[in-house]
Amino acid sequence: MSALGSILSLTMVAQTARTAVPYVLAAQGGVWSERSGVVNVALEGMMLAGALAGVAVAHVHGPVAGVFAALAVGAALGVVHATVTELGRIDAIVSGVAINVVALGGTRVLLRALYQSSSNSPSVDAFAAHGGGMLARVVFDPMFAAAVVAVVATIALMRATRFGLRVRACGENPLAARAAGVAVLRTRVLAVALGGALAALGGAALAYDEHQFQSGMTGGRGFMALAAVVLSGWRAGRAAAVCVVFAALDALQVVLQGRTRALQDLVQMLPFVAALIALALLSRKRGGGPPAGLGVHAS
Amino acid sequence: MTARRTALRLGLEADAWTLVWGAAAAQLAFAVLVWIHGESPRAMTALLFEGTWGSAYGIGQVLFKATPLLFTGLAVHVALRAGLFNVGAEGQLAVASLAAAAVGAHLPHGTPALVALPIVALVAAAAGALWAAPAAGLRVVGAHEVISTILLNRVADAFVGLVLGLGLAQASSVRTAPVVPGARLSRLDRFVHPLAGSAASTAIVVAVLGVALALWVLPRTRAGREAELVAQNDEACRAAGIPVAWRRAQALLFSGAIAGLASLATVLGYKGYFEQGLGSGAGFTGLAVAILGRGRLVGIVFAALLFGTLAQGGLAINAYVPAEAMEVIQGVVIVVVALADARLRAWLTERLRAIVVLGRGDA
Repeated sequence: MSALGSILSLTMVAQTARTAVPYVLAAQGGVWSERSGVVNVALEGMMLAGALAGVAVAHVHGPVAGVFAALAVGAALGVVHATVTELGRIDAIVSGVAINVVALGGTRVLLRALYQSSSNSPSVDAFAAHGGGMLARVVFDPMFAAAVVAVVATIALMRATRFGLRVRACGENPLAARAAGVAVLRTRVLAVALGGALAALGGAALAYDEHQFQSGMTGGRGFMALAAVVLSGWRAGRAAAVCVVFAALDALQVVLQGRTRALQDLVQMLPFVAALIALALLSRKRGGGPPAGLGVHAS
Repeated sequence: MTARRTALRLGLEADAWTLVWGAAAAQLAFAVLVWIHGESPRAMTALLFEGTWGSAYGIGQVLFKATPLLFTGLAVHVALRAGLFNVGAEGQLAVASLAAAAVGAHLPHGTPALVALPIVALVAAAAGALWAAPAAGLRVVGAHEVISTILLNRVADAFVGLVLGLGLAQASSVRTAPVVPGARLSRLDRFVHPLAGSAASTAIVVAVLGVALALWVLPRTRAGREAELVAQNDEACRAAGIPVAWRRAQALLFSGAIAGLASLATVLGYKGYFEQGLGSGAGFTGLAVAILGRGRLVGIVFAALLFGTLAQGGLAINAYVPAEAMEVIQGVVIVVVALADARLRAWLTERLRAIVVLGRGDA
């Protein structure tokens, strides 16, 4: 098949949908965290931790338990990130970078401790695939459903619930929110924990998809998800749409596999270059700027 | 006068305390990690010490591991002065190393060191700055530098692989041709014999002098001073006519150039060629070095030595505790130091306020 032919195929659609799941979940996590006013560069580390937690628990108790383990680990990291940032009054980027470093090192230590390997875990049975075609298998995967639900729920909760309103208030003006009686610290911790859980779920989705955990397997997806959040103007639905675009660029790699090495390297750069260009083009627009209180401490 | 001197003393004290906190946090995290692995913290500490500061060779290896960190730590600090996080030192170093190695290999063979070294260093700095340029430009239009530099790291990864694959690498290998002898920095053990066998090179001398020079010069130039003010209050700077966007861009470009110079340690002082992955990790550890070093010569050198010790010590205890545990310690140190720093700063502000009031009374 020609290169163009393999790009414009049903396989490509299926690959895109499959690749998009981790991005979309992590981006929703980013939306929750940043809309509450806490910068979250730790998405990458949260995904990675979630991936290992999911695989390690799935080995023993099955994929459903793995999902819950990932959610718990992500939420815990979110609590740490928000608490350290808010109570310690330090820059959230410092805390985020530290969490990424700890997650990268920590997962490798655990990988050696659990599986005596420095590169990957043994393969794990994820959710059983149903249906014949690849597209059907992707769409009926519970993780795909989780991603769709996450987007819809994020939009709805953020817009129409008391909690969502409080999160937005804390993100726009924490001091005013506090004056109005919102417990800013608690709201932020909850929002970042929820965000961490979603990001970790994204990591678990990635690991289930690959049927194993690999050291550093998130490969910048958390950062891409964060870029998607920024590009979307911090809005859940648009962030998911940007993620699908990133995923399509990512899927090119898989679809074009086996072609020349140079082409593959070039394609590998694509999502990142595209994100940079999009940042350059969209940053001037002041339409959907960041939450006004992003990175502002409440006291 | 008294007030100023006291303030200075308090400032230095706060710096010293940060270093103490950093070292203490590293020690504690190490003990906990070792204990989790079922080993004795005391025995492992002894082993770690033996493999690092316990022998001349170990000291040489620590210096070797610390050298690139001095550059990347300074690089991150330079951006931090302007209120920017350069998370892209990793990619800037990779591309600069590739450029330095490529140019160094293509110089005429007999090029004297006095010509070859400046050329290669200049190329490395230029390449590092070039890789920081998109982030600098994006910062001007308003995109956050953390995201753009992280994305540029990933692009650098693929870019380096692409260029190596397209023919820069030697046939059937993933490394460049060796640089000409004139562009090599010699091993330290040629001058300090007890270090024999260790990979420390004269790059560390360049690094320490470079850090000292930069820290001395920066507050004494207009651009350097204004960058610091931009970090404190960009609105006020704009009102005062300081070119805020340009100062930020400058800081990022300069930061990238310094990160690129870390290739002096990895390419010129160590391997003599570039291969994918050489020097990886130094960029991220540079963040930790800058945060712990707080822009003081002693602080940055101490921080680089601490993380150099952890890196080398990780190898020494690898048979019992995975070396990767050292990365965890690094993360813990970053957080603890930042926390201690925030607390200290709050405490300091209070003390200073008291001093100002008292100082007025004195006068």
